[in-house]
Amino acid sequence: MDGFPILTLLTFIPVIGMIIVLAMPGKMEKEIKYVTLLSTAIQVILAVILLSNFDYSAGGIFQKDSFQFIEKYKWIEIFGGSWIGTIKIDYFVGADGLSVPMILLTALISFIATLSSWNINKSVKGYFALFLLLDAAMMGVFVSLNFFLFYIFWELMLLPMYFLIGIWGGPRKEYAAIKFFIYTLVGSVFMLLVMIGLYFSATETLANGSKAFSFDFLVLMDKANYLKDGILSPLNPHNLRFIAYIALFIGFAIKIPMFPFHTWLPDAHVEAPTPISVILAGVLLKMGTYGILRISYPIFPQITNDIAWYIGLFGMINIIYGALVALAQKDFKKLIAYSSVSHMGYVMLGMASLTTTGINGAIFQMFNHGTITAMLFLIVGVVYDRAHTRGLYEFGGLANQMPVYTGFVTVAFFAAIGLPSLSGFVSEALVFVGAFGVDTLRTLTMISALGILLGAAYMLWTLQRVFFGQLPEKWKSLTDIDAREYAMFIPLTIIIIFLGVYPSAMLNIMNTSVNTLVEFLSVNIGNISIGGL
Amino acid sequence: MNDIILVNISIITLLLPLFGFGLIIIFSKRFPKLYMAGIGLLIINFFLSVVLLYAKLSNYISQDINFQFTWIDFGNVPVFGNVHIDLGIKIDNITVIMLFVVNLISMLVHIYSLEYMKGDKRFNRYYAYLGIFTFSMIGIVIANNLLMIYIFWELVGLSSYLLIGFWYEKKSAADASKKAFITNRVGDLGMFIGILIVFTTYHTFTFDSIFEQISNGVLPFDSNAWLTATGILIFMGAVGKSAQFPLHVWLPDAMEGPTPVSALIHSATMVAAGVYLSLRIFAMLTADAMLVIAVVGGFTSFLAATIAITQNDIKRVLAYSTVSQLGYMVMAVGVGAFQYAFFHLITHAFFKSNLFLGSGSVIHAMHHEQDMREMGGLRKKMPITYAAFIVSSLAISGIPLTSGFLSKDGLLAGSLAFAHLTGHWLLPTFGFLVALMTAFYMFRLVIMTFHGEPRNKEKYDHAHESPFVMVLPLIVLTTLSLFFWYTPNPVAPEQGWFLSEWVHTPESVVPQETRFDFMKTETEGVTESAVAFSEEYEHAMHWAHIPTLVLSLLLGGLGILFAFLIYHWRKIDPDELAEKLKPAYLFSLNKWYVDEFYEATFISGTLKLSYLLSLFDKYVVDGIVNGTAYVTRVISTISGIFDKYIIDGFVNFTAFLSGLLGLGFRRLQSGRIQTYLVLVIFSLIILLLFFEPF
Repeated sequence: MDGFPILTLLTFIPVIGMIIVLAMPGKMEKEIKYVTLLSTAIQVILAVILLSNFDYSAGGIFQKDSFQFIEKYKWIEIFGGSWIGTIKIDYFVGADGLSVPMILLTALISFIATLSSWNINKSVKGYFALFLLLDAAMMGVFVSLNFFLFYIFWELMLLPMYFLIGIWGGPRKEYAAIKFFIYTLVGSVFMLLVMIGLYFSATETLANGSKAFSFDFLVLMDKANYLKDGILSPLNPHNLRFIAYIALFIGFAIKIPMFPFHTWLPDAHVEAPTPISVILAGVLLKMGTYGILRISYPIFPQITNDIAWYIGLFGMINIIYGALVALAQKDFKKLIAYSSVSHMGYVMLGMASLTTTGINGAIFQMFNHGTITAMLFLIVGVVYDRAHTRGLYEFGGLANQMPVYTGFVTVAFFAAIGLPSLSGFVSEALVFVGAFGVDTLRTLTMISALGILLGAAYMLWTLQRVFFGQLPEKWKSLTDIDAREYAMFIPLTIIIIFLGVYPSAMLNIMNTSVNTLVEFLSVNIGNISIGGL
Repeated sequence: MNDIILVNISIITLLLPLFGFGLIIIFSKRFPKLYMAGIGLLIINFFLSVVLLYAKLSNYISQDINFQFTWIDFGNVPVFGNVHIDLGIKIDNITVIMLFVVNLISMLVHIYSLEYMKGDKRFNRYYAYLGIFTFSMIGIVIANNLLMIYIFWELVGLSSYLLIGFWYEKKSAADASKKAFITNRVGDLGMFIGILIVFTTYHTFTFDSIFEQISNGVLPFDSNAWLTATGILIFMGAVGKSAQFPLHVWLPDAMEGPTPVSALIHSATMVAAGVYLSLRIFAMLTADAMLVIAVVGGFTSFLAATIAITQNDIKRVLAYSTVSQLGYMVMAVGVGAFQYAFFHLITHAFFKSNLFLGSGSVIHAMHHEQDMREMGGLRKKMPITYAAFIVSSLAISGIPLTSGFLSKDGLLAGSLAFAHLTGHWLLPTFGFLVALMTAFYMFRLVIMTFHGEPRNKEKYDHAHESPFVMVLPLIVLTTLSLFFWYTPNPVAPEQGWFLSEWVHTPESVVPQETRFDFMKTETEGVTESAVAFSEEYEHAMHWAHIPTLVLSLLLGGLGILFAFLIYHWRKIDPDELAEKLKPAYLFSLNKWYVDEFYEATFISGTLKLSYLLSLFDKYVVDGIVNGTAYVTRVISTISGIFDKYIIDGFVNFTAFLSGLLGLGFRRLQSGRIQTYLVLVIFSLIILLLFFEPF
């Protein structure tokens, strides 16, 4: 794979698709859809090629040599005066065990979401152009190894998302779109400040021997690169690293979304069109937890260790609170949205453990939540397309009317409940194993375990309200799923079952990197305080 | 025969029913007769389990076969080194006996359902679900580790959910299936935490390796108390699945499922999985944990029996009877009567599934009437079903020559011996009272259903003996409820091959100080097969033998006598009796109001909390967000006004001022060259004066 710019292609294939879409006349709706489908399909193929060339034994995280598919080009390099020095920003992308699962997920979900977008008929050209831009931005976030580049992709994703919700959304779309936009922007501002603070705190040595400030993640992870008086330098006794950590964390927490920053999510989901909900839940939420693992953890190991308990605490709150609020929902989509809040809590709990099993479980849960929740939103979409309502109490007895659909629903619901043999179980179990092994998190973990009970309660209750019982007269005309919907459900179902039975297929990808991360943390924390497996 | 072949056969028996499930689910639309494949696969499975049983007991009777593989490998974990999660299979005598029982009953139910479920619109689906159930149950049976048990445990829960809610159009069925799953999950939660403790401590899920580490003195969090807690937590899984108090409430409701399902899942196999699990972890139970288990079991058996006495739905009587008998088994585990717990599990599986299939036969004949008050006199119409009922009822009542006598007698003797050794006399008291009640309610059921005059003439007239495929399983199970399969001597179970050769009590591995006195071993590693724990225990069992025999026969006979007195000979009027004991009667009829209690506390509490939190979320959390947005907007409006009138005013004022100035300076720009010249020269002079360049 030497020299083949696979990550760049993964990121920019959708951009090319977008350019083609923009160049096409708006009347060619079908063709526009096929161009989009083709772009995302190429992305999936590239992701598979990436996976087949991925070296499972290379760690990445902080070791530049063991990152794979690296592309590093000079992007911006200007001399900015004597006290700013050389401003140098690289186009630096690479992959390790942390990003590959997310790359796979992004490619997969984008493809599925394209299929799900087939029914869009309002300004098709604009929709698919924005959709492809969104796809590119998401992929960019997961491959960037330079903070500046990361930030650009992070912000870039906001724009299409805003319009996709704001134009193609439901009745309160403007409210939801602006809420999403501003909320995320607030987080971004925090991130920007921290980024600039870090930039002025560490330097790297250039080829000509001079020193320059750096946005490079790997530079920022190495203590030796920091200046003595940098504002966010660990060497500076009066540094502001703790505040910076919290600011950065809030930026990510909004995306996860972590309680109490989660209220944009149900609104955004309820108003967003189905494919955008799928992307939102399937990929976007993972950026928050990915960012924490990629940036906060290795750049601030000591503070991470100090604060880990609180991450676990908020994880627990997310799990229990999200599940309880989900139980009270009357709108199918809102219920799934809150279940997302609950399920992302497991990711946080796993991360908080700072252990191999816990972090493995967390990343695996990110992937599994991506596939399972995507499927759940597709399920809501199918019934909403047909009935134009999502009220849980308005349905009943769909199992007889739409048996195949109900079959897929059962798989997805039980996957969300964490039924063994489906992928969600393995990741949740690993999260619990990891967190339980840490003395300080043990009580939190036991309380969190109640989440699997509440999860069963709201999911099965929904199953009963919508699918069991007698079919109301007005739904006698609902049809079972068609071929396109089969094409959305089948790949997800296969992945959910396959990873439930053979989780190593995914865990092996991330394993070495997670071990590297844990090792790096434990070394940098000084005293080895890694509590459990 | 090579032992790896046994492993392979067991894997095939595991996978065949799953294959049937997949086959039927995917292709049944195209091939409406596909359910026959499901039945065929189960028949193959049954023969494989017979082969396993024979091969194991004849070639490897005292050798266990283990097979395991790595499921998840975490690689080189910092600090801990190589960590991996293994799954695997353990084939010991208990495994093969269980496999035989599960496959046999599953096969019989498959055949029986051909007729019973005939005409159901989801006939194929039904067989698919039976397949996935059998798969899951076999998974539990052959697992050699806790994780795999947990995995299949949940899958059994799923299949139970699907089968209880099979007729999901009925709200009661959908409710019952949900209740079953969630109630089970409560128990599973405890079990899961127990498993977490185990993995955190031992870094493995495999029983043998856990036991080995315990016997080497490795304890969870270095304390005996946590070892006890771990045992109890794992046992919580059994409390859920085996419907023990306080989680017993789901099983009676589970009777909403088709009756053959009740026979297979909710009496013989799945609910016995809890007992099976307790037996699997028997070696790591401390005295305290065992006592808790014994009390839970004893109390459950008592509670359920008191409820069974007054129920009128034939299936509900049997359901409570199942709960009660499961309580017996659990109590037997707790009092250390390992062999009898397992023995009773097996004998109960046969006679209780026989009773359920028999009741299915009756319900079938009565056109889905389940109320015993509408029955009566059926013995003439349904002689085979009646015979099956009589034999099974005698078995469950513990009357000699039946299998139930053998296991129940031993179990009660175990509890008596336990009381004798430890002073917990409440347990045998429960045990013997239940024996009395069991005999009573079973014969109450038999008499109300089969004896006397028909109470519903119309339904009676339509009743008929069930067809052959339904009767055949009854015959098979009836013969299996007789003593000669287990022992040559109908009053001495311990002389039979089942107890003396096949099933042995495993050696406890917990620290000596946490064991009951009678389980302490002087020198570790010495347990003769004939002696369960210690000489002392053997003496106690010997002492308990005769009193138990006499007492249980007496009580069983008395129960049957009462049943005849009240319901057959009508010497005592049941209604009058109920009136006389009204509070007790209502208490029993309403199942001790446990459901109502849960409804009022946990369920409505959770729902209320969830409702409150959703309001909190909407008005407080989101309120703050929207409030912030509102405040920001107000501020920006104010600053807009400020901007417009003050800032902008200032700007405009400046502009105005400069305009004014400009007005003045305009005069300078007259356009006349001579004026400019004067100005230039004038300026130059001033500049020169100022800078003094010369």
